[in-house]
Order: sequence, then structure tokens, then C-alpha cells
Amino acid sequence: MAEPIVEIRDVHKSFGSLEVLKGVGFCVREREVVCLIGRSGSGKSTLLRCVNLLEKPDRGTIRVFGEDILHTKDVNAYRAKVGMCFQQFNLFSNMNVLKNCVYPQCKVLKRSREEAQRTALQNLEQVGMKDFAGAGVTTLSGGQKQRVAIARALCMQPKIMLFDEPTSALDPEMVGEVLNVMRDLADKGLTMIIVTHEMGFAREVADKVVFMDQGRIEEEGTPDQIFSHPQSPRTSDFLRASVSK
Amino acid sequence: MFVQNCAEILGKYWSSLLLGVRTTLVVSLLGTAFGLILGLLVGGLRAARLDYTAGPAARFFKKLFDGIANIYITIFRGTPMMVQAVFIYYALLNVIHWSTLVAAIFVISINTGAYMAEIIRSGIQAVDPGQTEAARSLGMSNAQTMFGVVLPQAIRNAFPAIGNELVVNIKDSSVLMIISITELMFQAKSIAGSTFHFTETYFLEASIYLILTSIASFILNRIERNMNRQERTNVSLPMSDTDPRSIGYVRVRKK
Repeated sequence: MAEPIVEIRDVHKSFGSLEVLKGVGFCVREREVVCLIGRSGSGKSTLLRCVNLLEKPDRGTIRVFGEDILHTKDVNAYRAKVGMCFQQFNLFSNMNVLKNCVYPQCKVLKRSREEAQRTALQNLEQVGMKDFAGAGVTTLSGGQKQRVAIARALCMQPKIMLFDEPTSALDPEMVGEVLNVMRDLADKGLTMIIVTHEMGFAREVADKVVFMDQGRIEEEGTPDQIFSHPQSPRTSDFLRASVSK
Repeated sequence: MFVQNCAEILGKYWSSLLLGVRTTLVVSLLGTAFGLILGLLVGGLRAARLDYTAGPAARFFKKLFDGIANIYITIFRGTPMMVQAVFIYYALLNVIHWSTLVAAIFVISINTGAYMAEIIRSGIQAVDPGQTEAARSLGMSNAQTMFGVVLPQAIRNAFPAIGNELVVNIKDSSVLMIISITELMFQAKSIAGSTFHFTETYFLEASIYLILTSIASFILNRIERNMNRQERTNVSLPMSDTDPRSIGYVRVRKK
């Protein structure tokens, strides 16, 4: 089996007196899709944000490609290698679709404008948004915004993609288009860590499912193990509640 | 009588009134522009939040700067510009021997800067923090995030308030007559003094101020409307990427 490229060990994080992560850890291997599931407030998003250093864990280690990222010298260079998509899309509202994808490449990777544009259009095409390259971001629907956000992250040619509830802010009819894009990425072998409430998607796409509860990892395993044969009563409680919704 | 007197004053003193208008415009436009630059600097640094990657030196200087900025804003917002003008002009006269016009522009600039700093700060704080997070998650530095993403949106948010400062400055530069610059108020006062038609002269002066501020408001409104339109319909949808117009500012080469 391949060496893990992301190793999270015993990560603790508190906000004030609230302990959100109480020592969690898991591994991600290359080309693997890991889905983090669990109730709101169980620490999934915080854990994901720690991987990209948007939050700094209080304790524990996170190694990515063998590098201890909590003591890395150049946070920005590290972040450029790890793409992230947010629940609220967070497209730059002072730029149009194309510039959203071009600007970070020019600034962070120091690409020429021509090269950045070529990459941007390729990635926009992949998510089916090439025709909207000149559109203002406020004119797009939620699903379109999220697809652009994915393209923007892909333009940086990340080795890992992190998704923080990418479909939670979408109208139901737009969830599918975003999940399809993510499914494509999974098929292409991109390593992904996904926080999601889409159980059907997790079951179908994930190589590994991690169930978090109250700041701890309650159970992890293949989708089949988690969804069909959960060992922990908490996992089965959660799944029952999620499926009946 | 009244109308006749007004016409007479205009006929005889139009050139000094015009000079007054010119000085008023120079002082208020430059004052607003320099004030905006100062405000961007002070407000931008004040709104900047250091994240956990900042070292102790950065933290120290941020604290120091915040303290100084606080004192600056408190003093210049808390005292009348007229008092600031006389005090600063005379206090520095023996040191740098400056002209009253330069002194006036200096005073109105730092006075405006204090207000602008607060306007910019609130504009920055109104920008969705998700914008900063997205920029940082892509690997952009603090400065790249600030200048590329946050400030343009902050200025957009704050534009009505920034424009308002210009209108206020056109009117409030009248208090700078205290250091005898030949702006509109000063000129009107001299004219009134030599003609003794006080009502007519000050009526004319008020009308000119009203015209100036109306023009300024009109232009500012137009700019704001344009910005809104651009945001709403950046480009019509959908379109082809081979059409250079479709990409906004960037051109796409045909393959």
C-alpha cells in the first residue's frame, strides 16, 4: 500500500473554552477520496481548515508529503499546493469569472497572463463554465459559483483538494452539477478531503469515510463498513437520522 | 434693487469670485485626494488583522501604530478645522516658512485623512471575511489579499461616504479663510467689505457653493451608478471565449 501523503495525528484545537477537536487523526493516501461526515459542530470543518492552516491546531502534528506543515516556513507556498472550496464559494466579487481564476495564478505562481489565462480557460471548461468566463460573479447561480470556485482552486494545480461542505449552501436542484464535477475529479485521481452532508455521494465516491462526533473520530472505514455495517451506536444513530431526513 | 446689486457685483467682481472658486476647488480636491491616500494608509493598517503567523515584532508595531492612529484620529476629528488651520500654520511658519495655500492644503488633507481612515476602516470591515479566507487559501500573501481583493471592495463599499467627504470639503474649506487664502469665502468677504452689499454678496457666494456641490454630487452619482451597472452586468451571458469582448479586460487569442 502507498505511503499516506496526509498524516494527521492527535490534533487538538480550542476556541476559547470550547474544545472543538479533542485529539483527532487520520491518513490520506495518494489518489484517495476521504469524506468527513458528522453532525454540525462535531469539528469536521475545523479539522479541514487545520489542514490548510486557516486554523492552527493547539497540539498535534499534520504532515503533508512528509513535511511538518505546522512548522513550515512558507505558509503561502504550502497553501498554494492545497486547494480549498468553501460552503459560501467566496469568489472575489470585484473580479469577473476569468479574473478570479487568473489573478491568483499571476500573483502566487508568478505565471504570465497568457499562461494563466490558458490554464483558467481549461479548468473553466472542465467544470463547464468556460462560456461564462466574462461574467460578473454576482450574475451566477450558486451551483455555477461553486463550479467556478472549484476551477479557481484547480488552476493552482493543487496536489490535494479540500472541500468544506461544497453543496450545503446550494438549492437542491444545483447540488447535482457540483457533485458531478467533484465526481469527475475523483475519477481523474485527484486526492480529496471532503466535508459533506451528502451521504449518497460519500458512499459512492469516497474511498474512506471518517465519522466525527464531538471533536473525536468515532469511526472510520470504507463506505461499505460505515454505511452498511457501522460498529459504533453513535454512527448508526447519525446515519439513521441523516437518511430519514 | 437686490437683483440689480447682484448683477453689479458679478459684473465688477467676477474675476475675484472666479479666483475664489479656483482656490476653493484646488484646496478641496487636493485635500480630498491626499486625505483619501492618508485614509487608505491609516484605515487599511488599522483594519488589518494579524493572524497567528505574525511574529512578535509585527505585533509590536501594529500595537504602536494603532495607538498613534487612534491619537491622530481623536485629535483631528475632535477639534475644529479652523483651529487646526491657525495652530498648524503659525506653529510651523517659523520652521518651514510655508505659504498659506500650502498650509491650507496640508491642514485640510490631514483633517480629511482622519475621517477617511474611519470610512476606509469600516469599509474594509464590511468586506466578507470569506473573501480573505479564499485568497489566503489560494496562497496569496497578506498584502496581495489586501490590495487585490479587500481594498477594491472596501473602496466600492465606502464610495458614497468618500464622495461625501469631497462635498463637505468644498463647503468646509471656507473656514480656511482664517489663514487668508483666496478661497471663495475670503473673496466674498473682501467684496462685501468694499461694496457694503453684504446680503447680495453672501447670497451670490452661497449660490456658487450650491452650484459647486451640486456638480460634485452629480458627478459622484454618475460614477457610482456606473460602478453598480458594471457589477450587475459585467458582460451579457452566455458568450464565446473567442470573442475578445466577452472576457472583459483580458483578451483571449484565437487558436
